[in-house]
Amino acid sequence: MSILQPLEQKTLSEKLFLVRFKTNTESHLKVNPERCKVCKDKSCIYICPAEVYKMDEKENITISFEGCLECGTCRIACEFIEWRNPKGGYGVCYRYG
Amino acid sequence: MDKFDCIIIGAGPAGVSAALTIARKGLTVTVFERGEYPGSKNLFGGVLYSTVLNKLIPEFYNEAPVERHITKRRYSILSKNSEMAVEFDFEDFNHPPFNNSFTVLRAKFDRWFAQKAEEAGAVIFTETVVDDFIYDNGKVAGVRARREGGDVYADVVICAEGANSLLTERAGLKKKPLPHQMITAVKEVVSLPKEVIEDRFNLSNNEGMALEFFGEAVKGMIGSGFIYTNKDSLSVGVGCPISVMKEKNMKPNDLLESFKSHPVVKKLLRGGKTEEISAKMIPELGYGNLPRLTADGLLIVGDAGGFVNPSLYREGTNMAMYSGMMAAETILEAKEKGDFSERGLQGYVKKLEDSFVMEDLERYGDVPEKLSEMPQLFKEYPEAILKLAKGYFTVSDLSKEDMHRQAWNRFKDKVSMWKFLLDMYKARKAVL
Repeated sequence: MSILQPLEQKTLSEKLFLVRFKTNTESHLKVNPERCKVCKDKSCIYICPAEVYKMDEKENITISFEGCLECGTCRIACEFIEWRNPKGGYGVCYRYG
Repeated sequence: MDKFDCIIIGAGPAGVSAALTIARKGLTVTVFERGEYPGSKNLFGGVLYSTVLNKLIPEFYNEAPVERHITKRRYSILSKNSEMAVEFDFEDFNHPPFNNSFTVLRAKFDRWFAQKAEEAGAVIFTETVVDDFIYDNGKVAGVRARREGGDVYADVVICAEGANSLLTERAGLKKKPLPHQMITAVKEVVSLPKEVIEDRFNLSNNEGMALEFFGEAVKGMIGSGFIYTNKDSLSVGVGCPISVMKEKNMKPNDLLESFKSHPVVKKLLRGGKTEEISAKMIPELGYGNLPRLTADGLLIVGDAGGFVNPSLYREGTNMAMYSGMMAAETILEAKEKGDFSERGLQGYVKKLEDSFVMEDLERYGDVPEKLSEMPQLFKEYPEAILKLAKGYFTVSDLSKEDMHRQAWNRFKDKVSMWKFLLDMYKARKAVL
């Protein structure tokens, strides 16, 4: 590839695919569905750098915890998200950092 | 189970600095790290300031996996499709100790640093997450690790858990930070051949450059974008307060992509290949909101303690290392007196107060708050200044005097001169 060619544009999921994860079976993130129902902002959906939180057709929040970069932003943005560190050795494993 | 002299939670720069200092004095110290290896969960923008590290391990740069030493700095303000920049190049920083500033990739660097602590006698347990402290009569007496036989005891515990400070909050030493007190930064490592980096940024062998971008770099919000040169990659990222992104419903990844696609930035990334994406919170708690740093049997160090200089100096790891080293020295003194109560550990706070750490936090800690009162610095002013400059440079048949007058009139339509000068003065005071 030429060094003058623009940097290849990648979607977020393509970029997350480059990151090494050791996937746990159990989510380390939890939302409170009762609170989600009355939440107007739903900041979790956009504030997460890995876009782990999505809303399904029934307006429930789903969590793809497998792609979590473990920054903790959602926990600061939302009062009600429960954040627990993944099991030792699991989760994101940066090769560069 | 045996009792250790000291347990440290987290094998980042703060925790490892503490472990190294304590182990060298022959005390038993064990570090619990939740990642697969030290550094595997760790991240920063890219520049390590190393005055403290150079004391801990003199001339570390001869053996540590550092990328490049920073001799060049560039500060740039972007509008939609223009740039105004100032660039510095210091040949004097091209010699040992290289101005104590190096680009570093943390997965490699932290691993090396942790190894140094192990060589000194510290024991590091990786893949071990700590869920809570163990208390004995109100004093922290150990930690509860999530593994078999996970209750481990020590005279004193150092919490170096990082910015997402679950344990520090749980222990009641810190309130959960508010969205305006935390920055979220996202970064990509973009690989490029070494020669291309050196050619593109005008660097000789191992020289490096730190580029900071403001204004349209983060869509005119408070915050910045950056490019730091590594050996054969660039660290490219953006960071903004969580409160600001919340207000604008901004996706961090969209912000990063917008930065990367700015005409100025795009050219710098040509031919690159994204290797990894990462995200981290940076604490900007403000001097008045720092957590309680000690409790009976417990000390808080590094990002968990909020030790980040948020000004243009952007210093985090160096402060983290200093806090780790001072926590360790405090523990060595407490060991002699046999007093690990909060009172016995007060020397830690005093040591920080007598150092650059607290002096700089006091001086710069409220920079983000002050800047947030002047959002025009990041949006209206960059646009207006670059338009003014464009007016000066756009070739036309007008006399130069007419050109200048028109440019200034347009500027003054957008910006009140008095307010502008006052804001510039306030901003300079706040930032440098």
